[in-house]
Amino acid sequence: MADASPVIAVRNLTKSFSGKTVVNKLSLQINPGEIYGFLGPNGSGKTTFIRMLSGLLRPDSGSGTCLGFDILRESGKIKPLIGYMAQRFSLYEDLSVRENLNFMARIYRINNMRRTVDETVERMGLSRFANQLAGTLSGGWKQRLALSACLLHRPRLLLLDEPTAGVDPKARRDFWDDIYSLAAEGVTSLISTHYMDEAERCHRLAYLAYGDLLVSGTADEVVSRSGLKTRAVSGANLHLLSPELKPLAGVEQVVPFGSTLHVSGHDEELLDQSLNSLKNGKYTWQKIDANLEEVFISLMQEREGG
Amino acid sequence: MGFGGYFSFNRFLAVISKEFVQMRRDRVTFAMMIGIPILQMIIFGFAINSDPKHLPTVVLAGDHSVFSRTIIAAMQNSDYFKVISTAATEEEAAMLVETGQVQFVLTIPEQFSRHLIRGENPSLLLTADATDPAATSNALSAFRIVAERALARDLDGPLSHLRRGSPPVDVIIHPRFNPEGITQYNIVPGLMGVVLTMTLVIITALAITRERERGTMENLLSTPVKPFEVMIGKIIPYIIVGYVQMGVILLASYFLFKVPIIGNLFLLLGVSLLFIAANLGVGLTFSTLARNQLQAVQMAFFFFLPSILLSGFMFPFRGMPVWAQHIGEILPLTHYLRIVRGIILKGNTFDQILPNLWPITLFLVISLTIGLKRYRSTLD
Repeated sequence: MADASPVIAVRNLTKSFSGKTVVNKLSLQINPGEIYGFLGPNGSGKTTFIRMLSGLLRPDSGSGTCLGFDILRESGKIKPLIGYMAQRFSLYEDLSVRENLNFMARIYRINNMRRTVDETVERMGLSRFANQLAGTLSGGWKQRLALSACLLHRPRLLLLDEPTAGVDPKARRDFWDDIYSLAAEGVTSLISTHYMDEAERCHRLAYLAYGDLLVSGTADEVVSRSGLKTRAVSGANLHLLSPELKPLAGVEQVVPFGSTLHVSGHDEELLDQSLNSLKNGKYTWQKIDANLEEVFISLMQEREGG
Repeated sequence: MGFGGYFSFNRFLAVISKEFVQMRRDRVTFAMMIGIPILQMIIFGFAINSDPKHLPTVVLAGDHSVFSRTIIAAMQNSDYFKVISTAATEEEAAMLVETGQVQFVLTIPEQFSRHLIRGENPSLLLTADATDPAATSNALSAFRIVAERALARDLDGPLSHLRRGSPPVDVIIHPRFNPEGITQYNIVPGLMGVVLTMTLVIITALAITRERERGTMENLLSTPVKPFEVMIGKIIPYIIVGYVQMGVILLASYFLFKVPIIGNLFLLLGVSLLFIAANLGVGLTFSTLARNQLQAVQMAFFFFLPSILLSGFMFPFRGMPVWAQHIGEILPLTHYLRIVRGIILKGNTFDQILPNLWPITLFLVISLTIGLKRYRSTLD
């Protein structure tokens, strides 16, 4: 699959709602079998972008292909090949698990529906709930059902819009295990999320803010490209130190992390100079790599500042 | 309550002001709160009249004497009757009653004046479309007095002896289609149209709004399913529900209320499809306008209220002022009621219901076009 053509390739995709640009000239390429993370603050255009790929919305301008088909003219050919999971649980709460799956299987015109649904119920561990109404499932199981429903027709691309929001850690772990095994089978996933640990699990990721693509690449690339330098401070009474650090020259962020404070800035020299004045033995200072969250916050600050 | 049990005026004010803010945000509910009372006031205050006047009447005059003219003039003056034609044949007159275009036919027999002058007590025949007893009863009881008083004025001089003793004419009243004046005969078949309007408009509006409100529409639209397949698939079950409702009402009319079913039931079932579809079109249009299920119900109610009050279901159609009749003529229920009563009580044939069929069809085309256009535009 190494030389296969990209699953998603879009150029300058733009969409605005009543004069407000929600996605601004977005260009992106995603390769087969890749798990691609989509990050960004609420309202950054992630959902709109995913909806344009799935054919729910028409882009105002730009062009692109999804699974080799034109997203503007051939959404009818794309739909049978993708699995879309909306942000909100969007199966029928008043149908049972099995009835929901049967319905989706028929919508996708799957041959030997009964066997496919049985297998899916079994594989996704839904057997216990098969005859339970979907509305009575817990958040984690609802998500699992929604994922099952969009896997029935063996899609080649999964578009998952904040699939793990409000789901407990165990269910999230199971979910990611599924995504990894699907990726191994060659299924591509585009996943939007607010969780940094999930962002780090993605092969590549993109960060969107207010319609603009600010950065993309692997997690390591994103961090190193940002040029953000971070120091970790530990010691007693850190809450007293924090207000002292914030006004210092070169200090852009001060974030508490458990029993440490992360102090970051782009200008390493200036940062260390400022911090030297506080190195009086009361605190322990350590040089660390910036994490994704710090990089993203700093990207947001830069954008709002400039 | 056991603890914290004092009344806080500020907390109470907070709830009140929050309630008003929410009321203002939900424009549709707000409009309905104002709109429905106004609608009801106009309908009940101005449109409804349980003593209908100016009922269309045709006269079959076999005798063109001064007495005939007196009777006709007196009928006009009584305000209950509006003579629209005097030159009809017997067949024409019968057809006009059957199709509901006139309420009364007055038959003045040949040689009426001669028999009258001779004191032979001639008869006057007033045939009424008594489907709705409320529409005709006042006019019928007025007619006897109107005719006698009118003649009394003419019978003077040498004829004054005819005024004494028994009345000079024998007024025969022939209430057709519902001779015993049983209100249920009129109401029960009419109920079919009312039930279909109420449930189909509300159910369709709800079914599609619910799908959008719960977010399941988004899921559907991301699948290969076509919008047309979704819509038809959602509507057909409710058409079947509509027919089940009709069946229940027909069975109850026949066995419970003993309503005589004279006409062709298959014709009724067939033309009902148009009426059902017209209501579904309204429901579909509402579902594209409503943002949530509550609004959908409110809109359905806004359509249902004039339908039930201005269609001739509850109150005689001819009792309403002309402007209200015009509004009534737009509503599919008005025409459907005439069709149902025409077929069940009068045995109307297809030709006879045709004048009421095309307005329903027109309404269907318009409502479905608006509904479909809006339904499509909401996808993007």
